[in-house]
Amino acid sequence: MLTIDRATYDRIVAHARRDHPDEACGVVAGPEGSDRPERFIPMLNAARSPTFYEFDSADLLALYKDMDARDEEPVIVYHSHTATEAYPSRTDVSFASEPQAHYVLVSTREDQAGDTEEFRSYRIVDGVITEEPVTVVPFYAPANLDIGAVDT
Amino acid sequence: MAIEVKIPTILRTYTGGAKTVSAEGTDIESLFKSLDVDHPGLRGRLIMEDGSLHRFVNVYVNDEDVRFTGSLASPLKDGDSVTILPAVAGGAR
Repeated sequence: MLTIDRATYDRIVAHARRDHPDEACGVVAGPEGSDRPERFIPMLNAARSPTFYEFDSADLLALYKDMDARDEEPVIVYHSHTATEAYPSRTDVSFASEPQAHYVLVSTREDQAGDTEEFRSYRIVDGVITEEPVTVVPFYAPANLDIGAVDT
Repeated sequence: MAIEVKIPTILRTYTGGAKTVSAEGTDIESLFKSLDVDHPGLRGRLIMEDGSLHRFVNVYVNDEDVRFTGSLASPLKDGDSVTILPAVAGGAR
């Protein structure tokens, strides 16, 4: 299951809409092993294409160096499909290489109007796609702050 | 010539979980052959059957993507750091 805070969810959707009709892409990093998507990092789609995305190679290196220095990993790898459903394509599966990551797809196709955006999450491991539920929470409490149980 | 090689998460099954390994080589081609001696199978994840660098990985010498510096022929010198990262890409098809 992917648990994501409302603000990060909204930023991913906004990025997808802003870059439409090109595909948008990015990462939400979090502390290694935490499974907490905390740091939203929109990336440029070097392919600038409605049917393909790729992180720029220099940007990719900078991103991984930065995450490494912060003891982070990519918790979410997201991209948009601009004319098709939010389901991983064969190309998505062949490139998927972060088995611990949640692969989020957002569709910005025209019949996805209004506030019912298609936002779906998958694990992609050894070529096998497994869809998982997405739970949107109002916010994450800081990991280093023990505020006890909170009724929501 | 000892070269430090940074290994991405997905390939650490070949390095016993190590993030960084040491290997020898005067260029990327010979470095990958050296890597494969200590970590059998690793080279096969980096090189395609036709002998060229796999589309799904990016390889950097220090901060330079080897696709812009001669690919597998990119020269290495003592103290260089090589980083291997999976390309992050995909699309609608």
